[in-house]
Amino acid sequence: MAAVERPYPPGDYDVVVVGSGPGGLQTSYCLRRLGVRHAVLSRDDRPGGMFQRFPIFQRLITWTKPDAPVERGSREYEWYDHNSLLAEEPEAKALVPGLMDRAFDLPSRAEMEAGLAAFAERAQVEVRYGCTWESTRHEGEQIVLGTSDGEYRCRAVVFALGVTEPWRADVPGLEHAAHYVDTMKCDRYADRDVFVVGKRNSGFEVAQGILPWARSIVLGSPRPVQTDALALSALRVRYLHPYDEYARGGPGTYVIDVSIERIEPVGERLRVFTRGTTWDGALEFEVDDVIAATGFQTPLQDLPQLGLVTVADGRIPALTPYWESVSLPGVFFAGNASQGARGIGKRGAGASSSSVNGFRYNARVLARHLAERLNGHEPGREPVADVVSFLLRELTSAPELWVQKGYLCRVVSASDGTHVDEGVVPLATFLDSPGPDAFAASVEVDETGRIIPTLYVRRRGEIAEHQLDPHPLHEYESEPYRRHVEVLVGAYATRSHSAAPAISTVASTSSQVATRPSATTLSRRGANVHTSASSPRFDGG
Amino acid sequence: MSIAETLGQLALFADLSPSQLEAIAHSHEEDVFAAGERVLRKGLSGGNFYVILEGEAAVGIGGEQRVKLMRGDYFGEISALTGDVPTADVVASTMLRCLVIPAPQLERLLLDRPQLMLRMLRMEAHRLRNTLEWQP
Repeated sequence: MAAVERPYPPGDYDVVVVGSGPGGLQTSYCLRRLGVRHAVLSRDDRPGGMFQRFPIFQRLITWTKPDAPVERGSREYEWYDHNSLLAEEPEAKALVPGLMDRAFDLPSRAEMEAGLAAFAERAQVEVRYGCTWESTRHEGEQIVLGTSDGEYRCRAVVFALGVTEPWRADVPGLEHAAHYVDTMKCDRYADRDVFVVGKRNSGFEVAQGILPWARSIVLGSPRPVQTDALALSALRVRYLHPYDEYARGGPGTYVIDVSIERIEPVGERLRVFTRGTTWDGALEFEVDDVIAATGFQTPLQDLPQLGLVTVADGRIPALTPYWESVSLPGVFFAGNASQGARGIGKRGAGASSSSVNGFRYNARVLARHLAERLNGHEPGREPVADVVSFLLRELTSAPELWVQKGYLCRVVSASDGTHVDEGVVPLATFLDSPGPDAFAASVEVDETGRIIPTLYVRRRGEIAEHQLDPHPLHEYESEPYRRHVEVLVGAYATRSHSAAPAISTVASTSSQVATRPSATTLSRRGANVHTSASSPRFDGG
Repeated sequence: MSIAETLGQLALFADLSPSQLEAIAHSHEEDVFAAGERVLRKGLSGGNFYVILEGEAAVGIGGEQRVKLMRGDYFGEISALTGDVPTADVVASTMLRCLVIPAPQLERLLLDRPQLMLRMLRMEAHRLRNTLEWQP
């Protein structure tokens, strides 16, 4: 390392990015495209972040389909490839599929790590490796980061630190347990009784890994397993054999809803005292090993002392829709920790910000936000000639909307009969900020898991929501959809130039009362658009 | 303090055992809003049920801040239970920490825990009485 001149010496920058995993690499790439002066620091010696070590059982749960109905490298292809980072240059696009051996449509850990290294090289993302962030302070408007190489001053910092530091629940005796991160060798569980504390990703993953080895396995945690939720989770792709065996009454594997009261050593073994959370009673288990699969946290170092507010027992920073700390201005998060922004959370739906497919888009949206806020950068706004086709095409194939369902939306503004593409922004920002008349396209999911294309219309500051009918192939560019959206868009245009009574009802759907007659008007016109208040799918909760 | 411990101090959850509270705390997400952020949006579908763990919020109707909500209060129950869209905005007036329970899960929770349902019914009755008393 000494022979090569290291980039980004200590000094003043507009933005400092900390981390060289996928979140850090993607953020730096996007900042550079927008000309934002920044540094990238990493304590590691190479790119890859968590994928240098995780997942322990070596297989991701997010798909990449090397061959797809659309061209590899196209924007639409990103929906088929959840693991490559985003680039404009052909040589840096869609790199993960080319590295896969196709044993599964899910890359292995090694393939993913190789994909990130290839991205860093081909997209020429420079990182100051071997530079450890050690401390943080504010000086006036500036943020000062103390590092192993000296001080960096910046106007905004983007921490892309991952969520990979082992976290243990506050259970007496849990210190006797190995953490998930220490379970590398499955054969050490041969012919042993194992209790796994935790029933989320790492709990099921470790249970799956030791299933061929252990004598018996109990997975226990307070949260009830919801089979309908599991059926739609990414976990089911690889790690649900333990639950499957239990559900079918298979011997030796148990998945139970309990709070763990304490763990006590009994000779060479451990006794686990539990109490039912969805049933009355208590159970004790004597086992050879306890594994704490109680999750991970972001290594926040001194940020909590500075006033950083967190969620999930202090593990994740609490963030605004643009991934800025709710309590520390100028402190942003990228990568896995961007899950600390939940978005509007309709029907409880969260964002896909804890995996590469989602946070690669967060990074691009964040970079633009920082460029606008720090540099007064004006993004090139393209006029949209045919707004109906544009919105329907976005609803059908925009990877940002399909991955970040209900979190990111595509906005088209409308003034004086001209439509302009305002790009991709957080839906919460569109809904809650004042702005010109505009349309926002968002792909959402209802409580049954059905995918619902949704358009929001902002008119004179009032927002109306319009849900389009689902389609079995998720194709919304056909004639019926076109007619629906023409009514919405036409309503706007007509209203803003010469008020037309029949359509004005449609445009004023912002209040619940006005919505009901408007739906009737629409269906008489053959445009079967559901507005939120009148849609039967919400009746009865 | 853990979410389960915080819930145990709130009137709505006062009848539940520690392990029942843990099940609730672990089954639902916590969310934190900066002062000024909208939590519940008037006229939009899919609103959740929120229990305030920390901080304050205000209910806004017609641009006016009508009701102040504090730790232990909850909101979003009307749209969660009726399926209608919210008729008011709820905005964080300080840093606001909430437990978020989506509508279908609220229904399941109330049916599973009748003590919780009774507590909520009493609180709704109080709210209704206060509303009626304030009518001119």
